[in-house]
Amino acid sequence: MSTKLKDLVQKPELLSGGHRMCAGCGGPIAVRQVLMGAPEGKKLVIANPTGCLEVSTTIYPYTSWNTSFIHCGFENAAATLSGAEATYNSLKMQGKIEDDYNFVVFGGDGGTYDIGFQSLSGVLERGHRMVYVCYNNEAYMNTGIQRSSATTLGAWTTTSPHGKESSGKPQHRKDLTAIVAAHNIPYVAQASISHWRDLVRKAQKAFSVDGPAFINVMAPCHRGWRYPMEKTVELAKLAVQTCVWPLYEVENGQWNLTTKVRNKKPVEEYMKLQGRFGHLFRKDGDREVLDKIQEFVDHEWKKLLRMCGEEEE
Amino acid sequence: MTSERRLMQGNEACAEGALKAGLQFFAGYPITPSTEIAEILAKKLPKLGGKFIQMEDEIASMAAVIGASLTGAKSLTATSGPGFSLKQENLGFAIMTEVPCVIVNVQRLGPSTGGPTLTAQGDVLQARWGTHGEHAIIALCPASVEETYYLTIMAFNYAERFRTPVILLLDETIGHLRESVQLDKYDKMKIFSRPRPWETPDKYLPYAAEDDEPPPMAVFGEGYRYHVTGLVHDETGFPCTGNHAAIDRLLRRLTNKILAHEDEITLYKETMTEDAEHLLIAFGASARSAASAVKIARREGIRAGLLQVQTLWPFPEKLIRQKTLGKRSVLVPEMNLGQYAREIKKVVSDKTMVVTLSQIDGRLFHPNKILAYFKGEEKHAEVL
Repeated sequence: MSTKLKDLVQKPELLSGGHRMCAGCGGPIAVRQVLMGAPEGKKLVIANPTGCLEVSTTIYPYTSWNTSFIHCGFENAAATLSGAEATYNSLKMQGKIEDDYNFVVFGGDGGTYDIGFQSLSGVLERGHRMVYVCYNNEAYMNTGIQRSSATTLGAWTTTSPHGKESSGKPQHRKDLTAIVAAHNIPYVAQASISHWRDLVRKAQKAFSVDGPAFINVMAPCHRGWRYPMEKTVELAKLAVQTCVWPLYEVENGQWNLTTKVRNKKPVEEYMKLQGRFGHLFRKDGDREVLDKIQEFVDHEWKKLLRMCGEEEE
Repeated sequence: MTSERRLMQGNEACAEGALKAGLQFFAGYPITPSTEIAEILAKKLPKLGGKFIQMEDEIASMAAVIGASLTGAKSLTATSGPGFSLKQENLGFAIMTEVPCVIVNVQRLGPSTGGPTLTAQGDVLQARWGTHGEHAIIALCPASVEETYYLTIMAFNYAERFRTPVILLLDETIGHLRESVQLDKYDKMKIFSRPRPWETPDKYLPYAAEDDEPPPMAVFGEGYRYHVTGLVHDETGFPCTGNHAAIDRLLRRLTNKILAHEDEITLYKETMTEDAEHLLIAFGASARSAASAVKIARREGIRAGLLQVQTLWPFPEKLIRQKTLGKRSVLVPEMNLGQYAREIKKVVSDKTMVVTLSQIDGRLFHPNKILAYFKGEEKHAEVL
């Protein structure tokens, strides 16, 4: 399948415009790029746990989805589609259904890293054929910016406030992509909306495997990260260039770096554009936290290079 | 001392009331319309030496609250409909193990995701019977920002006094309502803390108590080693699944320790009830609408009065029997389909008509519905 721009723009949009996600939101960009990788001639069933994407694309009496759509509970999108996929397989086998279907979840990081994690793990272990996409903006944005386990160390959120005694979130984020890879499923990838061709190609692969596939997409949120809305794609790109969010895939257990980073930039270049880290850059800001973030990113990057069989810089 | 008036939101008053009651631990998970309680406590609690944790989900939040309370900390979680549903199993665990804690449920329209920003009072019976098995529960329901402050303190007092989870049922309207409040008048309110054991650790029987009282509670880490389990247990705290007499004693005591103290737990307010011909019984946001309707009705010559129940559970049976005696009718306006009205019907004399007035469209109960009833024009009125 092609990833050429002139071919991709010919494809019908499955998430139509006119929805009410914020101007400059990374979420719908991630969704549209993933859906551009969906196979033609097949129908889609999409499940969406509660979150900005669900709230803003399905405002009564409208919907932006040109697909079947289930808005399920917050904690169980993957389990809900397990039922749909298993029944579809049975009906298909009995010859009671003709069309071919693919099953897709679009969950935020709250619904994926935290409350929906058990449900996701169950799907991966049972091996349902579905593409689970986490559009990751590193906090609970729909309820007004609370920390999640995807939130970066030091980031301000309303439940990880900064002040004299606190420099924002005290913990590092968890490495969900690697945790998913540890389930030994056919396809796992980490992607960013700034690298659209890479993401579309990863989506194509995810849709083509016979089993579960998972894509964790960096999709910045200017409301929660506190930056000018036009910088969303620039920040997504900086996340990759600083190795805060490296792009890779794990195909049948084989780790592969999909975007090589030469001369990686210091994390400060990415962080100083964001108000959520503003307190760290003040005169009395906690330099130690900045150092810890750089150290963490360096450590994780080296680990990833080893996993992917790449040479260290 | 000069009195200080402040403009405050219901959820903020809840957080402030919890701090006043001596809150030391909060665990929760973001959910509309309760999130402000977590956000405020994330800032304030650590400054007072307390601990705030945002957990990975609602189940974990309730579990963490139980764990914290066992170490002696006054503990709180706050949620709304879907989260309240998820907490139910652990709520039962806290009842069974007699762990004091407070659960705030800022009610939104349900079932399921329902209407996250829409007001409702649909969880009245879930608060009573949401977890499985025979049990009693305490649930309080404020109708103003100031009452939210007061009843949050009372929720902690009852939780500590009776060693039980206490549910504070707000509705979206009260949680997000902003009112001018004066809180210093509660400065001298009695703050209750759980009774500690007086025996030495070797003689401590963690679940030994009178038939209608909770046992004293030892704190983990103070030398009183004991066994906590959600299984049926005897006085030692160890499982007793084969000892039916001990099971019977335990389960009757868990209920009696609350029901026998109905008078102590029953909180209410009343306006013009004595000469009322028609008594409105209401709670939460709909009690405000009822108060407004009573005023208008009186002006029109209708003898209406209002009994505002603040304690929903244990059901204030004595109070309701007494106040409804000799009334021509009892009207119960609720933002559900008559959950509390049917409980009232069970105890009111057959000579008094009980009418449920319902509204479940996600909007605040309108006083006009009550006035329309008096004119015989209200379609959502049902005689029980």
